[in-house]
Amino acid sequence: MTFSASAGSEPGNKTMRPGEMSLLALSILCIFGALFIAGRAYTPEYAFHAYLFAAASLFSSVAVIVRYVRRPAEVPPQMIGGKPNYNYGPIKFGSIAAIFWGIAGFAVGCMIAFELAFPALNLDLPWTSFGRLRPLHTSAVIFAFGGNVLISTSFYVVQRTCRARLAGALSPWFVILGYNLFILLAGTGYLLGITQGKEYAEPEWYADLWLTIVWVVYLLVFLGTIFKRKEPHIYVANWFYLAFILTIAVLHLCNNAAIPISIFSSKSYIVWSGVQDAMIQWWYGHNAVGFFLTAGFLAIMYYFVPKRADRPVYSYRLSIIHFWALIFMYIWAGPHHLHYTALPDWAQTIGMVFSIMLWMPSWGGMINGLMTLSGAWDKLRTDPVLRMMVVSLAFYGMSTFEGPLMSIKVVNSLSHYTDWTIGHVHSGALGWVGYISFGALYCMVPWIWNRSKLYSLRLVEWHFWLSTIGIVLYISSMWVAGILQGLMWRAYTSLGFLEYSFIETVDAMHPYYIIRALGGVLYLVGALIMAWNIYKTIASPEAETELVGQPALAAAE
Amino acid sequence: MSLWDRHAIFEKNSIVLLFGVLLVISIGGLVEVLPLFYMKNTIEEVDSIRPYTPLELAGRDIYVREGCYLCHSQMIRALRDEVERYGHYSLAAESMYDHPFQWGSKRNGPDLARVGAKYSDEWHRGHLHNPRSVVPASIMPGYPWLGNTDLDVKHLGDNLRTQQIEGVPYTSDQIENAAIDARAQASEDDPALKAFAKRYPKAVARNYGGQPGRVTEADALIAYLQMLGTSVDFKIYDEKANIR
Repeated sequence: MTFSASAGSEPGNKTMRPGEMSLLALSILCIFGALFIAGRAYTPEYAFHAYLFAAASLFSSVAVIVRYVRRPAEVPPQMIGGKPNYNYGPIKFGSIAAIFWGIAGFAVGCMIAFELAFPALNLDLPWTSFGRLRPLHTSAVIFAFGGNVLISTSFYVVQRTCRARLAGALSPWFVILGYNLFILLAGTGYLLGITQGKEYAEPEWYADLWLTIVWVVYLLVFLGTIFKRKEPHIYVANWFYLAFILTIAVLHLCNNAAIPISIFSSKSYIVWSGVQDAMIQWWYGHNAVGFFLTAGFLAIMYYFVPKRADRPVYSYRLSIIHFWALIFMYIWAGPHHLHYTALPDWAQTIGMVFSIMLWMPSWGGMINGLMTLSGAWDKLRTDPVLRMMVVSLAFYGMSTFEGPLMSIKVVNSLSHYTDWTIGHVHSGALGWVGYISFGALYCMVPWIWNRSKLYSLRLVEWHFWLSTIGIVLYISSMWVAGILQGLMWRAYTSLGFLEYSFIETVDAMHPYYIIRALGGVLYLVGALIMAWNIYKTIASPEAETELVGQPALAAAE
Repeated sequence: MSLWDRHAIFEKNSIVLLFGVLLVISIGGLVEVLPLFYMKNTIEEVDSIRPYTPLELAGRDIYVREGCYLCHSQMIRALRDEVERYGHYSLAAESMYDHPFQWGSKRNGPDLARVGAKYSDEWHRGHLHNPRSVVPASIMPGYPWLGNTDLDVKHLGDNLRTQQIEGVPYTSDQIENAAIDARAQASEDDPALKAFAKRYPKAVARNYGGQPGRVTEADALIAYLQMLGTSVDFKIYDEKANIR
């Protein structure tokens, strides 16, 4: 079926390209497929997801047609006036989606933090109970916020460092929109009780399949852009992005191997069971940290910190060593989540040893980032965006020191199952991942929207200080709570009996849960300030407001 | 040419870099995961451990659906205080039919690996409906809808068949009668009880949900909770048998 253009305003013979045609055909096929499944679904929840998918497919078909009608007949040029014709559209969408999901994820986090302090807030309803909202929180911040930041920055960085336009015309859009459809399927699924019951891998089989398709296209777009590069060398940030994309694919496929009970049901069973499933889960789980939340965000660091500081990366050799050491060692660290369990001792010990060794390549990355500022430290006083990224590296260093410490078996016997783990995760997530992402967004938004600067640096200051206080409240309360509860669990009376019943140890957590929730609220307020600042930056016609609202603030400080 | 210059091969060829990364990330996972499918102490079989009955499996699916694993572990570590608080440390074999495993990672509430038969059904009903009615300081959400929602047993056969494909030893007889067995186990006078007892000799049938003539999600979840950790008789378990 060949479409010849008659509707377009362009003269000449515009024809539909093979990519457009096949995406249109597939989308239409998907509409009917999804409607067929919706009609026979075992549960209304699954039918809802099928309708959602049908609606997305309909949107996709209409979007392809509208785009075809509006676009010029020729392919967009690779170069304009000797400069690469960069493709920023999908990056803009991803940046805004990241801010939206970030705020949603932080808000749900605050909600469940208050639920732990005041259980009446669970409201006795299925879709507001802790067990369903907690995966919504973790997925929204890791995969929705983090994922959109990673995809959009990687599309930006790979174009700029390769000096080439993003590969493909529709495929970058397919990646970013398809990924957000996955998020929508996952998130609404949790609220409706659709989950496979594996931490950080909760989405059910059909969402996982959809993500696989999106991810393969993502890899192809990324590699395709590298193939077109004008630079002989692949820049270090792209090594990290590539390692992130590849490893997440491998982890996703192995950990989510499942058989649905029927194509008409959302329910599936993971093929692994028991101790093997536990090992595969935490091999996945820890490397979701290692490759999604570390390698990917280190890639961001390697582009945005040197760029913002206007200095070259501190050491090229250090980046080589720490790249290979990091990706080699991270893979081994998973069993430290399973100390003293039914997992064999040797596996636990290997996990512990590699986790401790991992400290070194982690700090290699931190040092390489921090030392990039040598000669430019004065910028920390005047540029809150750069300060945010530097503090993110400090948090990275702190949590990658704390992690190896907690992986030591005797320490873990105390910390495991307690809020110490929650505090540790959040010093990495709020401090490292959050701040490096905010820093990258503050840098990138003016660049891609062609604004000379942000709407207000003073608002960035507010964001920085509010959220820093929030993080400090969060992690210090969780340290106290976790160590306290761990010690109470193992406390004995002088007669040799356990001193506390379990519920007494729960009761003791109450004040710390309130402090933690307040810390979370401060972090959320910071993110809302960022959203306003970004909105004003984009909406202001060339940031003249900056000059009016911030007269010589930078110089004055 | 120094060693550093040789790294250029990765920096100049994306496909070489790609395979380099794949190779480097494969090693750790292979070394740690593969042996677990062959080692005696991870695939040991303990005689008395049986697959879940359809009602218990349905209860387990509800446990997963509501995200119970996010606050309750099912893994008693080999530490003195845990063994004294919760019971014998968990064996690998005890979760051999768990697709997926539910060991958990955080204890906002206590471990549940051996919660079975510790409390009465009535306690569980009250606790699920409003946890603070039996434990005043509890921070657990209430699950009042479980007792008001009829258990959907129509497709339970599909659930069992899928697990059979994955290696759980369900017979075709058990798969065919999954829905009937689920109803039977939640009652004390169902005509199908006899056949159920034959198919699942070690399972306990009674009215878990406490509503005569009605099988709700609470029946299934309580049936599951009441069998947790009760399969192995540790008086006769030989803990040295699988060491080598």
